[in-house]
Amino acid sequence: MDVSVTVNGTTYARDVEPRKLLIHFLRDDLDLTGSHIGCDTGNCGACSVIVDGVLVKSCMLLAVQADGASIETVEGISENGELTPLQQSFNEHHALQCGYCTPGMLMSATALLRDNASPSDAEIKKALQGNICRCTGYWNIFEAVKAVAK
Amino acid sequence: MTEDSTTTVAPAPVEVQKGWAGQSVKRREDKRLLQGEGVFVDDIKRHGMGYLHFVRSPYAHAHITRIDVSAAEAVDGVYGTLTGEEVAALTDPFFQISSAPGANIKDYSLALGKVRFVGEPVVAVVAETRELARDASELVEVDYEPLAAVVDARHAQDADAPVLHDDAEGNLMWTGLYSWGDLDAAFAEADRVIEIPELHFHRFNSTPLECDGALVEFNRGVEQWTIHTNNQFPGFAAIMMGPAMKVGLDKLRFVTQDIGGGFGNKITSHPQLVVCCLLARKLNRPIQWTEWRTDFHLSMSHGNERWFRDTKVAVKDDGTLLGFRTKALDDAGAWLRYEPLGGVIWAQVTPGMYRWRHIELDFTQVATNKAPVSPNRGYSRMQHLWFTERVIDIVAKELDLDPVEVRKKNYIRAEDMPYETPNGCVYDSGDYARMLDLALELIDYDAMAGRKAAAKEQGKLLGVGIGSTLDSGTNNFGQSRLINPELQFSGNNEVATVKLDIFGEIVVTLGTTPQGQGHETTAAQVVADILNCALEDVHVRAGHDSYWNSHAGFSGTYASQFAVTGLSAVKGATEMLRDEIFKLAGAVFGGVPAEALELADGGIRIKENPDAFLPFMACGAIINANNAGLPEDLDVTLNCRYVYRPPFEVPDVETKFGNLTLTYAAQLHVAVVEIDPETGYYEIVDYAAVDDCGKRINPQIVEGQVMGATAQAIGAVIHETYEYDEDGNLLTPNFYDYHVPHALDMPPLATGAIESPSPFTPLGTKGMGEGGGAGIHAVCAAIQDATGVVVTDSHNPYRRVWEMLR
Ligand code: FES
Ligand code: FES
Repeated sequence: MDVSVTVNGTTYARDVEPRKLLIHFLRDDLDLTGSHIGCDTGNCGACSVIVDGVLVKSCMLLAVQADGASIETVEGISENGELTPLQQSFNEHHALQCGYCTPGMLMSATALLRDNASPSDAEIKKALQGNICRCTGYWNIFEAVKAVAK
Repeated sequence: MTEDSTTTVAPAPVEVQKGWAGQSVKRREDKRLLQGEGVFVDDIKRHGMGYLHFVRSPYAHAHITRIDVSAAEAVDGVYGTLTGEEVAALTDPFFQISSAPGANIKDYSLALGKVRFVGEPVVAVVAETRELARDASELVEVDYEPLAAVVDARHAQDADAPVLHDDAEGNLMWTGLYSWGDLDAAFAEADRVIEIPELHFHRFNSTPLECDGALVEFNRGVEQWTIHTNNQFPGFAAIMMGPAMKVGLDKLRFVTQDIGGGFGNKITSHPQLVVCCLLARKLNRPIQWTEWRTDFHLSMSHGNERWFRDTKVAVKDDGTLLGFRTKALDDAGAWLRYEPLGGVIWAQVTPGMYRWRHIELDFTQVATNKAPVSPNRGYSRMQHLWFTERVIDIVAKELDLDPVEVRKKNYIRAEDMPYETPNGCVYDSGDYARMLDLALELIDYDAMAGRKAAAKEQGKLLGVGIGSTLDSGTNNFGQSRLINPELQFSGNNEVATVKLDIFGEIVVTLGTTPQGQGHETTAAQVVADILNCALEDVHVRAGHDSYWNSHAGFSGTYASQFAVTGLSAVKGATEMLRDEIFKLAGAVFGGVPAEALELADGGIRIKENPDAFLPFMACGAIINANNAGLPEDLDVTLNCRYVYRPPFEVPDVETKFGNLTLTYAAQLHVAVVEIDPETGYYEIVDYAAVDDCGKRINPQIVEGQVMGATAQAIGAVIHETYEYDEDGNLLTPNFYDYHVPHALDMPPLATGAIESPSPFTPLGTKGMGEGGGAGIHAVCAAIQDATGVVVTDSHNPYRRVWEMLR
C-alpha cells in the first residue's frame, strides 16, 4: 500500500506491506534507526515517537495507519547537530548507560515538557512510566528531566 | 522516588586527585546515543541481506519425527532454510566444558531429533523482509511426538524422571563436593546447630532492553565470516564456534559497536551465530538476525535457579559462626552453554563476608526441560551470597540476636586484609563493618524502632534488612579445572593498543565490548593522565573488532573486570607509548636523556628549555612519514600493544584451593519495607547502597552501575521470574507478564561509597557492576524483619508475603 509520511520535516512516500509496523517502517524502510525495539507487546517504550503531536509507541501502530502523518523521532530533536538542554541534561546526570532506551525516554520527556513545562515529580515519573530502562534504575533519568523542567 | 530522591555521600576520598582519573568526567559515548546515532546491531544493513526467523519448539520435550520446509521455501521472497540435519552434517557438536556425565551431551546449534524446551530453535527461515520470514516460518511443518517433561530440578534425578540427554544416561550433568576446614571439629565445638531444610533462589535474568542479534557476512573468496553482533564475550564465542564449524579463528571476525545492555545474558549466543554463518554461506547473502522479545525470554540465558538443602550451621551462643554444610542443587535448563561453570564460580566468595573457616558444599547440577541458563549479572555468586546472608538472618532469629551485631561480630575485618578464605581466595581489601555503618546511617537506623511503632499504629509492618555482594572480579580461568581437570584454561588477559598517528592523533583500541559501562570515557581518562594531555586529544575507538589486533583469548566485557584488566592494558600500552615518545624526542633533540624531558601541552619538551618542544603531531609525522635520518637503532613505532595478565596460579584441583579472582569489590545494601498485612502488598520506603570498588576512575559511572544493579535487584525480588507450568510452558514470555520495574516503582535511594584501593592491581581499581544480589537479600531480610516469618525464597511477590502472613 502507498504510504506517505513526513518525518522530522522530510516527506517520504513508500509502498508498504500492510502488516508492517510503524517502527519497522521507520527503521528498515526509512533507515531512521534511532528509535529502537525492546519488546513485542507495547510495554517498553523504546520505540516512542511523536505522531501529529501525540506520543505513541510506534510498535503499536501499523505503518499504513500513519499515512499522511507528521512524525518526530529522536533524530529530529537536536538543533543543527547540537544537543538540546534535555539531551545535555541526560549527559550531565548520567541518565544513560547503554543508551538503548534513551531515544524513547527523550521522546517521552519531550512530549511531557511540551504539554507541561513545570511538571511535578509525580508527573515526571508518570510520564516515564511507559519506558523501560534496564541499566540506570531511572533515578538519574528522573533527575535529568527534573533539571530542565521549569 | 521522593522529592530529593538520591543523595550521594562519598565520605572518604582517599587522596586528593590530580589529573583525570577520579573525576566524574561526562561520558563521551553519550552524544551519539542521545542523537539516535549509536550503531546497534539491528541498525546495520547490507545490500541483499536476508532476515532470519527461527521456528521454535512448542513442546518442552518431544521427538521430532518429520520436518518439511518445502511450503516455506516455495514462497516468493523466501531465500532458504536450515534444519538440524544440515547443521549436524556441517558442524561438530559444541565443545563441552563439563566433565562426565555432562561432557557426553551433544549440543548442536539447531535441535536434532528431539526438542528439550519450549522455544528451542528447530528450523531457521530466511526471507527478504522480517515480516515475510516470520510468516513463512508458520509454513514449516514439524511433527512432534511429545514426551514427559521434567521441570522441577528436585525431581530430575527421580528414577522415573524423563531423561533429556540419553548420552548422559540421566539428568545429572555435574557434581562436586567442596570441603574446607574441619567440619567435624566445628560442629563439635558448636553450642548450637541451626538447621535450614530448604532455601530457593529463583530463575530470572536481567533482560537487556536490546535482544540478541547479528548481521553476518560471508566472504566467499577468502572463506571468512564477518559477524557484527552484540555478543558480549567474543573470545568465548570464538572458541566455541571455531572448532564446531571446523575453521580457524582467523575465519571468524567479530565486530561490535553499541550494545543495548548485556549483564552476562549476551554471552551464549554462539549457537544462533553458527546458524547465521551457515546460512550466509549457504544462501550467499548477508544474514540479519534479531530476536523478538518473546524469543529472548523463551530461550536465552536464564539465571541459575538453585536450591540449598539440608543446611546445617555450626554457631556459638554468642553468634560466632563456625561453619556450615549444605547441598546446592542447580538447575541448568536443557543445555550446558556456559555451564557447569556456575558450579565453581560461586566458590570465589565461599565464606561471603564472614570469618567462618569450616565449609562444606555439595554441588549438583541437573538438566531440566527449560531454557538453558548462563551468566546473569552476579553470576553464581549472587545465589551463594544470598544463601550466606540468609543464613546470617536465620541464625540471628534463632539465637534472638540482632542481625547487625551478628554481622559485625563475624565480618572479615579491615585489619585482616588481604584475607585468605578457607578455599584460598585472597580478598584484597575492604572494610565491611564501616560500609554497614554508613549504610545504616543513610537510612537513619536509629530512628527505626520509632518508625516500626508508628507503622504498627497504622496497621502496617515495617522491617529493615541488610544484604551484601562481594563483586569478585577478574576471573582466574584456572578455576574451570575444578569442573574439569582436563581443561587447559588458566589466568586471564585483556589487551589494548595505543598509537600516535601521522597527525598526532592518540588512538586507543580496546579488546572489550562495553554495553553501557563507559569504557571510551574511562580509558581516555587513564591515557590523558599518562600522556599529560587534554582529554579531547585521546580518541578511543568505539566497540570491538577481533581484526584490530586488540583481541586476546579472554577479550570481552563480563565478570566485573574492565577497571582491572581493560584499564591495566590501557595503562600498559600508554606507558609503552610514552617511553617511545621519550626515546624519539631524545633522539630528535640530539641525545637528550629521558630524565631531562617532560610531557606537557600535547607534546614533549626539554624541562630546562621549554622552547625545545616537539608536539605529538611532529612525533607522529616523523615516525610515520618523515623518518629518514633517524638513528638506525631507534626502536620506536609509536604503535604499542600491551596485554595485561593478572598474577595467578593454577588452583589445586584435589583440594579445590587457590585464588579464583584478583579483586573483591563490595556492596552493602539496606532496605526498609512497609507491608500491608491485609494484602501482602509492600513498598520499599527507604533504601541505601554503599559501594567499595577500590579506586574509582569515574565515580559517576560507578554510581550508575550501583543504581542499575539495585533496580534489577528490586525487580527480581518483587516481580521478575521465569516461572514454568508443569508441562514446561514459560508463563512470563514477554514484558507484559514479566514485569520489569518502571520509574514509579523506584524507592528513594541514598548511595554512599568508600574506597579501599586494591593492593594487587596497577591502578588500585577493582572490577564492579554486579552488586544487585545485595538488594535481593536486603529486601528478603526486611520482609523477615517486618513479618517475623523466615523468608526462604529470593522471589517475594505480594502474594507470597500475603501467604507468609496467613
Ligand atoms: S518496542 Fe514498542 S513498546 Fe516495546
Ligand atoms: S540505558 Fe540501557 S536500557 Fe536504559
